Amino acid sequence: MVWVNAIVQGILVGGLYALFAAGLSLIFGVMRLVNIAHGDLIVLAAYMALTCVTLTDLNPLLAIFVVAPFSALAGYAFQRLLFNRTLGADILPPLLVSFGLSVIIQNALLQIYSADSRKLNAGGIEIASIPIVQGLSIGVLPLLMFVTAILTIGALQFMFYATPLGRALRATSDDQDVARLMGYDNKHLYAIAMAISLAVVAIAGIFLAVRTNFDPALGPQRLIFGFEAVIIGGLGNLWGTLAGGVILGVAQALGAMIDPGWQLLAGHLVFLAILAFRPEGLFPRVDG
Amino acid sequence: MKSISGSRPMAEPALLEIENLNAFYGTFQALFDVAINIAAGETIAVIGANSAGKSTLMRSIVGLTPTRDASIRFRGENLATLETQHIVRRGIALVPEGRRLFRSLSVEENLLAGGQLKRKGPWSLERVYHLFPILKERRAQPSTSLSGGQQQMVAIGRALMANPDLLMIDELSLGLAPIVIKDIYAALPKITGEGTASIIVEQDTGQALAVAKRVYCLRGGRVTLEGAARSLSREAISAAYFGV
Repeated sequence: MVWVNAIVQGILVGGLYALFAAGLSLIFGVMRLVNIAHGDLIVLAAYMALTCVTLTDLNPLLAIFVVAPFSALAGYAFQRLLFNRTLGADILPPLLVSFGLSVIIQNALLQIYSADSRKLNAGGIEIASIPIVQGLSIGVLPLLMFVTAILTIGALQFMFYATPLGRALRATSDDQDVARLMGYDNKHLYAIAMAISLAVVAIAGIFLAVRTNFDPALGPQRLIFGFEAVIIGGLGNLWGTLAGGVILGVAQALGAMIDPGWQLLAGHLVFLAILAFRPEGLFPRVDG
Repeated sequence: MKSISGSRPMAEPALLEIENLNAFYGTFQALFDVAINIAAGETIAVIGANSAGKSTLMRSIVGLTPTRDASIRFRGENLATLETQHIVRRGIALVPEGRRLFRSLSVEENLLAGGQLKRKGPWSLERVYHLFPILKERRAQPSTSLSGGQQQMVAIGRALMANPDLLMIDELSLGLAPIVIKDIYAALPKITGEGTASIIVEQDTGQALAVAKRVYCLRGGRVTLEGAARSLSREAISAAYFGV
């Protein structure tokens, strides 16, 4: 039963990893930008929530509704003022700029909030759980996290494949010049995509902060988890990304069962195995 | 409004009037002092061999290729300083060379993308499907699964969905089977009949000369011949085309 329990907990954590990955995948898909600062933006969102909670005494989970819109607006501005200027035929400049952004965010957080690790306290929901059978119970918070991940990915999927905005984003992603011929304003669309990505980042950041301690240096590790989930699931497939997150979560949970030191390593090993034997991921997007 | 005088187009108020167009790829000059005009509702052909500058001319008009001090007046307004997405808003649509459909969009989504500016006019999904019935059958299919001719129909339909006042088709027949080319040319009068001015760009001159009122021939980035399609002799055209 302990193994079943580990698998179930792993699946639920996988939802969080999928949330880390979804925004990353979206930005790469739309504008071929590998956002190295993605993990740090998640941590930044966690600190924004911390400030919001400290100032207003709001429940951290409700702070999502404050932080996510703010984060989205900031993302729009970021894209217009910074990333749009770096995009071009060469993929290196945006990569370097996002790396620089990563360093800046980490150091700014260190300066403002110090290196102490923090945590958001969501109250009773953190320890509430639903007993399933003897020896297996599902925490309400992890369940909420998983359901949120499914809803978020479902919403992104709907946005991409069933709305004019999604059509516009896919068109720009396919062919920038021809998209402009249709009258699409690519710079605006990229900024919208970044705004959506950072709204998802805010959701991920808050769940991260409620679940575990966080500090300014935590970002790169979250970026790796996000990357691994995207690659395992297959680029450009959002449901695949969810599956990738779940696989990563389960691998880590099973690794931890063998030995606590194996938790992260087990996840990386699964990722490496996928990369070696199925580099296109388990569920790659089928074009055409 | 239709152009009546083919040989004296300047008597009509020009819809598009290009003067002094020099276009560059880096330091390479692709167009030299090109001057072209088209009246509202008129159909003209731009012919020339491969690399004569035809596609560059089309790309310059919509702002995809940089120009220098050019005068590209559309209804009197200079487009040369505008960005592509603002130029097309004014009523110009280009069917790009090689069709370039959005590969992750279905046939219908490609058409809808073309109509996203929601300009008023005669063209709608229904009208495009009426013009090219095969597209209605294939509406849900990925655009990449279609044959070359069908893809060209989608590309033309996508441009029409913008309800342009000026439709430009770059290399209409390139790479297509003769029977398909005939079909597409047969559909052209239904398009121009709506009062849409059009520029047909072709390497293969026969079909283009049959539908166009006037013709421009490009060679080496320069206009080597212009005139009413019917009045030009074969010899004059091949001299302008090949430079012999």
